[in-house]
Amino acid sequence: MSAPAPHSSTAAVFFAGVKSALTSVFFLVLAGTYIGMGALAHDYGFSSWWLALSSVLVWAAPGQVILISSLGLGAPPIEGAIAVSLSAIRLFPMVVALLPLLRGPHTRTRDLLLPTHFTSVSMWVESLRLLPAMPRERRLAFCNGLSVGYQSTAVTFGFVGFYLAAGLPPLFAGALLFLTPMSFLISTARNAKVLVDRLALLFGLVIAPVLAHWHVGLDLMWTGLFGGSLAYGFSRLRQAVR
Amino acid sequence: MNATLSELWPYLLLILVGFLPNEVWRVLGLVLARGLNDDSEIVVWSRAVATAILAGVIAKLILFSAGALAGIPLAIRVTAAVCGFTVFLAVKRSVFAGVLAGEAVLLLGGFLFAH
Repeated sequence: MSAPAPHSSTAAVFFAGVKSALTSVFFLVLAGTYIGMGALAHDYGFSSWWLALSSVLVWAAPGQVILISSLGLGAPPIEGAIAVSLSAIRLFPMVVALLPLLRGPHTRTRDLLLPTHFTSVSMWVESLRLLPAMPRERRLAFCNGLSVGYQSTAVTFGFVGFYLAAGLPPLFAGALLFLTPMSFLISTARNAKVLVDRLALLFGLVIAPVLAHWHVGLDLMWTGLFGGSLAYGFSRLRQAVR
Repeated sequence: MNATLSELWPYLLLILVGFLPNEVWRVLGLVLARGLNDDSEIVVWSRAVATAILAGVIAKLILFSAGALAGIPLAIRVTAAVCGFTVFLAVKRSVFAGVLAGEAVLLLGGFLFAH
C-alpha cells in the first residue's frame, strides 16, 4: 500500500484503509470464513438478512458460530448468551491494547466508540501492524476504513455462502460448512504463539467433545474455564520451575 | 405468538443472545481498562479461556456436525482436519495452504467414500 499524501483528507485516509483491507491476507480468510458462516446460517434455518445483521452487530466469527449453532439447535437462550459472552472475553484485552494507538490529544471518547465496536481479530492484527508507522491524526480514519473494508467483505461473502449452500450438491455444501472449523483451527493455531495459548487450544479441542458426549450442560463454558485455567496453571508452573 | 412477533423473534434473540453479551467486553475495554497491560495475568488467563472455548467450538463443529457436513462420515472429517493442520505446519505456517489441503481431503474422501 502506498502512503497517503501528506495533506490528504480524512476521506482519502479512510479509503486507503478500505483498500488496505481488501488487499490483505485477511480478505481471503474472511471470505472463506463467511462463506462457511453463510452456509451454516442457511443450514440452521436463519435468513440471509439476519446473518448480515449479525455480522454487522456481533462482528466476531466465533460468537456468531456459537449464536447460530446454539439457537439453531434449540438451546436455551441464556446458555447461548453465556457461551457467546465467554467467547468474547478476548475482545477486552484487544480493545485495551488498540485504543491507546488511536487516541490523540484531541480525540473524544465518542470518536473511539466505532473502533471499539469494530475490534476483531483481523482488524486488530492489521491495526497493530500498520498504525504505529502512521501519523497519529490519520490513524482513526484509517482504522475505520480498514474495519469497514473487512465488514463489507464478511457481509458480502455471508450472502455468497448462504445462496451457494442453498443450491449446491450436498458434498460441496458440506465442504463449505467445513471451511469454518478448518480456518478457525488453523488461524487460532497461528495466533497461539506462547505456551499458554497452545495448551488452551489443545485442552479445548479435547475437553469440549468429552463434555458434549456426556451431555454436560453449559459444555462450552466449562471447556473455557477448565481448559483455560488448566493451560494457565501449566504455563505458570513451567515458568516457576525454570 | 402472533405473526409479527414470531418474525421479529430471531432479531430479538440476535440482540439479546448475540450482540449484547458480545459487545459488553468491547465496551468494558473502552471504559474500564485504560491502565491495564496486555501481558498482565488476568489478561493472559482470559485469553486462555477464550482460546479454549474457541477450540471447543471447532471440535464440536467437526465431531458433531450438522446440516450437509453431517452427510460426510466422521472419519473423513477428522482426517481432513488433521491433514489440513499438518499442511499448515509443513508449508511455512500458511493458513491458506492448510485450509485448501483440508478442503481437498474432505472433498476427495466424500467423493470416494460417502454414499
